[in-house]
Amino acid sequence: MEMISLRNIDKWYNPSFQVLKNCSTTIEKGEVVVVCGPSGSGKSTLIKTVNALESIQAGDIVVNGISVTDSGTNLPKLRARVGMVFQHFELFPHLKVIDNLCLGQVKVLGRSRSEASEKARKMLERVGLSAHAEKFPGQLSGGQQQRVAIARALVMDPVCMLFDEPTSALDPEMVSEVLDVMTELAGEGMTMMVVTHEMGFARKVANRVIFMDGGEIVEDRPAEDFFQSPESPRAVQFLSKILPH
Amino acid sequence: MNYNWNWGVFWAPSPDGAGTYFDMLLAGLQWTIVTAICSWLIALCLGTVVGIARTTGSRWMLLAGNAYIELFRNIPLLVQLFLWYFVVPELLPVQLGNWVKQLTYGAFYTAVIGIGLYMSARVATQVTAGISALASGQRMAGLAMGLTKAQVYRYVLLPQGFRVILPPLTSEFLNTIKNTSVALTIGLAELTARARAMQEFTFQVFEAFITAAALYVALNIVVTLLMRYIERRMTVPGLVAGG
Ligand SMILES: Nc1ncnc2c1ncn2[C@@H]1O[C@H](COP(=O)(O)OP(=O)(O)OP(=O)(O)O)[C@@H](O)[C@H]1O
Ligand SMILES: [Mg+2]
Repeated sequence: MEMISLRNIDKWYNPSFQVLKNCSTTIEKGEVVVVCGPSGSGKSTLIKTVNALESIQAGDIVVNGISVTDSGTNLPKLRARVGMVFQHFELFPHLKVIDNLCLGQVKVLGRSRSEASEKARKMLERVGLSAHAEKFPGQLSGGQQQRVAIARALVMDPVCMLFDEPTSALDPEMVSEVLDVMTELAGEGMTMMVVTHEMGFARKVANRVIFMDGGEIVEDRPAEDFFQSPESPRAVQFLSKILPH
Repeated sequence: MNYNWNWGVFWAPSPDGAGTYFDMLLAGLQWTIVTAICSWLIALCLGTVVGIARTTGSRWMLLAGNAYIELFRNIPLLVQLFLWYFVVPELLPVQLGNWVKQLTYGAFYTAVIGIGLYMSARVATQVTAGISALASGQRMAGLAMGLTKAQVYRYVLLPQGFRVILPPLTSEFLNTIKNTSVALTIGLAELTARARAMQEFTFQVFEAFITAAALYVALNIVVTLLMRYIERRMTVPGLVAGG
């Protein structure tokens, strides 16, 4: 079953700058797809089109059978089921960890406060942060904050998860604690679209790798193939820079 | 200098028959406080709405918000009060205009509306600044979890934005208190007006205005302490002050 389908996406930031050029791909339910490419190639823009945080000028996007581009679609309702994790965590700093996890459940899904908070505590336990429920985000390390952010997305029972460079703002020693949570999630069959430069994670976890450059999807292939024998010179060059020799 | 100090004058009965001169000043202080609080409520409500309108990303709302601010901020407060008090009632249908002119507390209502609108423009710029100070990622994170635009403001942007602008809002509230004295020109018997009346009746100009000044200072101190208390209550552990 198709979970995310992008068909011929064009996006311009202004008339002279096309940031996405005819991008198409399909992500099946349960698939993990890593998106990589040089800085400025449009990775963040592409992933944000999936839940309509970025608008597009042409093309079609369908998530879990619902058209994102149809003007009649209830976007808040759709977004509620698409988890998103950001590079800079974007926890709400004025709310305790537990309240960060309850806000969407209560205000968007209409769950009762006690139901929401029970679910939140379960999810915190799962990402190993039970002890921190009553703290504020500013009192946690980067790695802990990002795990809270993942938990905040998961309590909404998402049908798929989007990650935009979830580890690139972290100190090196905290990267693995976040990747471990993501790996576990992938193992449970979560559909994931992950922008990352963690090629170790891509190799180990991803089913497919999408390589972008200059707003185009240059390669879209099974992860093994991509690493063994990248087809385009641009991907070869990118990999030679990013992989340890 | 030939001046007869007489602090005892405060205990002499005032010509309005309502008690001593000190009572007269205190009654003025009450009008000052009530006018300031009512004006401030209007300023906060309208200022928040206009401040938000300028951050929604809609060009049309930004322009309307900017026009509002330029209009109410750049016309001197005195002129605005005169416009509301003398000009606007003439522009209304005759009956309505007459009714407005005969209102018992006409000067008070006019002062509240005039000062409230004037200050709302200043509050609006602060609210816009507070929201703009937040990283754009906060708005995205709110939308991404399925909150509507209004909910993003209610639960994400405003609670943070208002924390950022609490100190400048305190000084705008103090400005509101000071600005109430302009209302003496339309006949509101607030503190400054009463001090002047006392001076005219008793010729004790120093006592009257020194005491009025002291009362203003005392009021400002109370407000400042109150706002400090609120700021402390609102502090978020682990969050650097100022967002
Ligand atoms: N709001 C915007 N207005 C105009 N140009 C933008 C805007 N946002 C991004 N861009 C430009 O679009 C291009 C793609 O940006 P995007 O953030 O999608 O790249 P990216 O691949 O995620 O890069 P990075 O690895 O640095 O995060 C960049 O050249 C960027 O400067
Ligand atoms: Mg990016």
